[in-house]
Amino acid sequence: MTTSVNPADIYSLARHYRFQWEEAQQCYVLLFPEGMIKLNGGAGEVIKRVDGNKTVADIVTELQQAFPDATDIEADILAMLQLALEKAWLEKRN
Amino acid sequence: MTTTGNNGVAASKTNTQPLWLLAEVTYRCPLHCAFCYNPTDYDKHTQNELTTEQWIQALRDARKMGALQLGISGGEPLLRDDIEDIVREARQLGYYSNLITSGVGLTEKRIQEFKEGGLDHIQLSMHDITEEINNFITNTKTFELKKKVAAMIKGHGYPMVLNVVIHRYNIGHIKEILEMAEALGADYVELANTQYYGWSLINRSQLMPTKEQIDHAEMITNEFRQKVGNKMKIFFVVPDYFSDRPKKCMNGWGEVFMIVTANGDVLPCHSARVLPGMAFPNVREHGLEWAWKESPAFNKYRGDDWMKEPCRSCPEKEKDLGGCRCQAFLLSGDAESADPVCTLSPNHHLIEKAIEDAKNPQLQAQPIVFRNDKNSRRIAAGEAPELVKEFHALP
Repeated sequence: MTTSVNPADIYSLARHYRFQWEEAQQCYVLLFPEGMIKLNGGAGEVIKRVDGNKTVADIVTELQQAFPDATDIEADILAMLQLALEKAWLEKRN
Repeated sequence: MTTTGNNGVAASKTNTQPLWLLAEVTYRCPLHCAFCYNPTDYDKHTQNELTTEQWIQALRDARKMGALQLGISGGEPLLRDDIEDIVREARQLGYYSNLITSGVGLTEKRIQEFKEGGLDHIQLSMHDITEEINNFITNTKTFELKKKVAAMIKGHGYPMVLNVVIHRYNIGHIKEILEMAEALGADYVELANTQYYGWSLINRSQLMPTKEQIDHAEMITNEFRQKVGNKMKIFFVVPDYFSDRPKKCMNGWGEVFMIVTANGDVLPCHSARVLPGMAFPNVREHGLEWAWKESPAFNKYRGDDWMKEPCRSCPEKEKDLGGCRCQAFLLSGDAESADPVCTLSPNHHLIEKAIEDAKNPQLQAQPIVFRNDKNSRRIAAGEAPELVKEFHALP
């Protein structure tokens, strides 16, 4: 059962997941029971903005403003969120 | 990258990080499980446990080195009354912390303090759906208690992580165990097939299921997984003896995993102290950074310079790093040989024999040696040759 990420969707991190910056690794990580994921720069910037309030469209707009030199990042952001959803890192809030 | 000299001692520092820290805070335990991986001579480490301050210092030092996931284990960690302090410190330092418990000693008051202190999750061991098998294999009457504790964990909003060690006595109940886990609201279930170290190695013939039973259990697990989807994540850990290639043990010696034991020894894996001629560092004498980066013990089997044939020229050597050093030693008497689990190992017949032995009714009928202080004291003192079976195939 896989649903697709839509611009109007609002997500939060799944229950029991923690997202934090790691000084020793110089990256963001997701921590959860029995595991952890190191997020590369782009993925970290996306997950950082998943807060249970912003829509996917809000996140895209915000990242486009934050990284004006990056072209055509919308597809990357949606793919990243889709992956995160399939991995059950995210929960849909609306 | 690590470079190692001919004697296996590192010539330069590693740049790996101990992402996982396991704190085995005590070897005392109210349960007496036949499959426990703890050292059979644990009794000698029950009188010199680290203090609260020593644990807190270890947490701080490991965190500076990049440690993120903290397991608080034992023995039964709740036998210590300072777990609340350890949990609070762990949260402040930014660990994701996990209490690994039998449930004995978990009260409303303590779980409340853990929640307030920032403990992230609790992993509860369960043994079977029947009171009979639970009480037999743990040698205690804990069945009803575990169900109560499971409800308490759930009631406090914790993710429910159940760990069920699988062996001959419960492998026929996989479906029922998974149904019980679902009914208890488990978020994660680990079906951990017994691996044979410590007490479980002594009891190997009595605990080991057949290949057919393992295959069947895995099939039932896969069916159940399809049914529940993401709601309950199920891990089925395939036992080494029934694989044809060894596991990359601990994801590599001194690569991501570090254990500090009750008495302060620093180990790269749970059972490393069985290896002969190794001097493991202790936090009373050395800092964790020295232990991880510089100590001869942590550098001994880092990388692949120590390998012999058939591992050395094996195209798969980076994939599995020759398997488990402890298993190689425990079964063949040579810690630097290929893990006998590998079909390419000259000692693979030892695994085949163990699987055959497990079908032998006479061996199965031998009494189980339960993990308890009396047995451990006798083993530590060398007074119990009848309890310590010789597995080495020495020339």
